[in-house]
Amino acid sequence: MNDVALRVENLAKVFQMGHHLAYHRFTEFIENMAKNVARLPSRLMSSKPAKAKTDANLFWALDDVSFEVQRGEVFGVIGRNGAGKSTLLKLLSRITTPTRGRIEIRGRVGSLLEVGTGFHHELTGRENVFLNGAFLGMTRREIKQKFDAIVAFAEVERFLDTPVKHYSSGMYIRLAFSIAAHLEPEILIVDEVLGVGDAAFQKKSMDVMRDVARRGCTCLIVSHNLPTITNLCTRALLLRSGRLAANGPVDEVVEQYLATGLSLGGEIVWNDPATAPGYDIVRLHAVRVRHTDSLSSTADIGISQEIEIEISYWNLLDQECLSAGFTLRDHVATSVFTTSSMRPVSLTPDAWGGMPHPVGLFRSVCRIPAHTLNEGRYAITPFVGHGLTEPFARAEDVLSFNIHDTGEMRGEYFGHWPGVVRPWLPWSTEQMS
Amino acid sequence: MSSLADNAASQRSTEGTRLVVIDAARAASWFDWRELWNYRELIWILAARDITVRYRQAVVGVAWVVLQPVAEMVVFSGLFSLLGKRPAGEAVPYTISLLCGLLLWQLFAAIVGSATSCLVDNRPLLTKVYFPRMVLPLAVCLRPLVDFGVGLVVLAGLMAWFHVAPSLALLMMPLVVLATVITALALGLWLSALNAHYRDFGYIVPFLLRIGFFVSPVIYETASLNIPTQWHLLYSLNPMSSLLESFRWSLIGTAGPEVIEVVASLVATFLVLVTGAWYFRRVERFLADRI
Repeated sequence: MNDVALRVENLAKVFQMGHHLAYHRFTEFIENMAKNVARLPSRLMSSKPAKAKTDANLFWALDDVSFEVQRGEVFGVIGRNGAGKSTLLKLLSRITTPTRGRIEIRGRVGSLLEVGTGFHHELTGRENVFLNGAFLGMTRREIKQKFDAIVAFAEVERFLDTPVKHYSSGMYIRLAFSIAAHLEPEILIVDEVLGVGDAAFQKKSMDVMRDVARRGCTCLIVSHNLPTITNLCTRALLLRSGRLAANGPVDEVVEQYLATGLSLGGEIVWNDPATAPGYDIVRLHAVRVRHTDSLSSTADIGISQEIEIEISYWNLLDQECLSAGFTLRDHVATSVFTTSSMRPVSLTPDAWGGMPHPVGLFRSVCRIPAHTLNEGRYAITPFVGHGLTEPFARAEDVLSFNIHDTGEMRGEYFGHWPGVVRPWLPWSTEQMS
Repeated sequence: MSSLADNAASQRSTEGTRLVVIDAARAASWFDWRELWNYRELIWILAARDITVRYRQAVVGVAWVVLQPVAEMVVFSGLFSLLGKRPAGEAVPYTISLLCGLLLWQLFAAIVGSATSCLVDNRPLLTKVYFPRMVLPLAVCLRPLVDFGVGLVVLAGLMAWFHVAPSLALLMMPLVVLATVITALALGLWLSALNAHYRDFGYIVPFLLRIGFFVSPVIYETASLNIPTQWHLLYSLNPMSSLLESFRWSLIGTAGPEVIEVVASLVATFLVLVTGAWYFRRVERFLADRI
């Protein structure tokens, strides 16, 4: 039996650069009309065809993407910023139309593309529940049946008759998520919203997502948070520059994602402070990996070598208290550890860690002792900001490197060595009797 | 790019779930009544919000709705009595004829005005969630209709005061109102799409409405104008002229428009409606990318 909930064939979406951002003006339109009319005689005289639009101004946000999602499947979409994830979701949720290709959707689509998607700020929480139901094409009676469950999950009973513009962001997302999950769309599209809220709410949302999937609802999840993807999804696809780079079991796709970092040779550099990750307080300049035996960056490090991770950043606001840090993830996106130059976190006191910075370019270096990590591939998510909690500049999994087992510890054993880390620990054994 | 049309067709598949096909290679189905019907709840919610915002404080809401036509009524009837001219027939007091015109024009202008900005005002919704975009111009029709109902009560009071009784023609009044709403909506489809595409179009609309106010028989009756016969047809191409005359005819028994005028204005409205729906659908496809 054909049980495909979603089929995408050769999907493409093109944007004209600058075109979709600038507003058209009617006066310009009239002006162009007038110009064209003025040019008409000369154009009719010459036999040259009208100049075609150049391809240089076209940006293919998605190009020739095909995939299928089975009913009841929880499907992940991963890729870096600008890889086309958002465009794909907008096409699937019918907000915008494709330039080429075909989409078949079986069932009602509910989408949660951002915090508060489909909320009307002037309406109360209660009215917004009905509004969102109406967006799914549900009738008032159908929505009423779910109303109590939605409100109970979102914990907003007391504020039901308050306009949502007065809600805190936590209440906002709780209500939005609760609506999306409880109105039982047949296909649920979720973008980057599982990572918001406190830990308790995150756990709750994850449980709901699993529950939604168990009910037979097809879910499409887009996230930068790889543990979310590996936890929830069975299959995933990887987008790279608008093209489908991988499609298959989630572990394999995540591994491919980490394997194809933007980096070559253990470093990534952003040269333009206007476009580097971060914003007007601080921006990242570069992230480099090397082992201490070498001065240049390298993505290949021996298991017995000390590793140096260098993060350089521009401080753009005078007297900002900053510290640098990073999270290290392994090939299945398990966080190995998070560290920072902040005073109590750094083993050695860092002169600048958490201290007020003048405007300028800074470089922080962290040393990971030899024999800490196991062999395999690791990805770095650098951040700079107020400690761990408020990263102003952050770049998810931008740089990956390999730890190679050079055999010092192995002796005669050549099989897989289990563990996220592989510390070299002292042992002593003595005979008891 | 524009040669590649899209199509979103929905149909029931065999298992009973809805199948939606979006195909960039197929020609656009230019109207989807059933989908619009499926989203009637949304039209109602958006309209209900508009109405509750206006009438949340009932007294202020009603006073505000009544104030504008009544103030204009006072100004124009005062003006014409000072001028010693009477731009209307003798059968009923000018004040009543004037208020009839003002109320129907207000209904028309309010729908056209709010339809023009409905897409731009709802940008956050348009870029984040799917629904048939035509829901928005349809939803803005309802609040002006409620305002119009409140105005009718004032008019009825005024008619009772001057002892003007309507005839059986009153039964035609709802049809005239419906035709006015459709005319306004037809223009609204054009203007909302134009305003979404060309951001400065919104500035032109109040100006056009002001012109329309004076070239349509709002503050005068057509019969009191000396229009050369060769211009009659052109005059009646403005749908509002025969609608205003029909409205007066149904309420206070003044001379109605001629049949040929009604036909001309219906044809004009129909053309604007069909082309408006076509243009709206065209703009709709790229709305989220451009708005």
